[in-house]
Amino acid sequence: MPADIRTAPFDPWQETQQYQQAHLEAGKYGATASFVGTMRDFNQGDDVTSMTLEHYPGMTESYLGKICDEAMQRWELIDCLIIHRVGEIHPNDPIVLTVVWSAHRKEAFEACRYLMEELKSRAPFWKKEGLENGHRWVDKNTPG
Amino acid sequence: MSITVKFFARLREQIGQGDVTLSSADTVQSAWEQASNGMAMPDNTLCAVNMEYVDKNATVVDGDEVAFFPPVTGGSYAR
Repeated sequence: MPADIRTAPFDPWQETQQYQQAHLEAGKYGATASFVGTMRDFNQGDDVTSMTLEHYPGMTESYLGKICDEAMQRWELIDCLIIHRVGEIHPNDPIVLTVVWSAHRKEAFEACRYLMEELKSRAPFWKKEGLENGHRWVDKNTPG
Repeated sequence: MSITVKFFARLREQIGQGDVTLSSADTVQSAWEQASNGMAMPDNTLCAVNMEYVDKNATVVDGDEVAFFPPVTGGSYAR
């Protein structure tokens, strides 16, 4: 049930497959729900050329772990995984991956959504967008 | 012993420093006042003591790490 911070680009599909092969028992899970957040090249009508994601080392990992623990307690899940990028990110780079494995689809869908929404509102990450004529901090999340 | 104060993101840039060490502070609010170079705390500031969210009136004791940061914006979308 890891919650990882990555400083370099990652492949969410490869990560999911690797984690599944290493930690999940074949035949035990009937549902895998995943969400991948990818960087756009536009925001508020402006072209965004890059983005820097800052975090609070220690607290961020701790909150991602707490959110996974809560999901595991709230639903009957087999396992879950969160990977989140920090540092300089470019359009089309994956930013975040959440995956949930369970016996049935209802729990997997609901818990996957929970991981993302809780992460966005509680885990300490901050985005600074690079525009053609400077930088700006992002103050609000998009509605889910 | 001492109190460590950390500022993140926009607050770090506005205050001009990320880490400040104080000899003492009674509350989170007083840690802000001593470390923020006279800047008023923005209304939407989030506070943490030892990496747990707290209210700005929370008590601080020797050895604590107090952090201040703007609303968080993780996840997938820029806005």
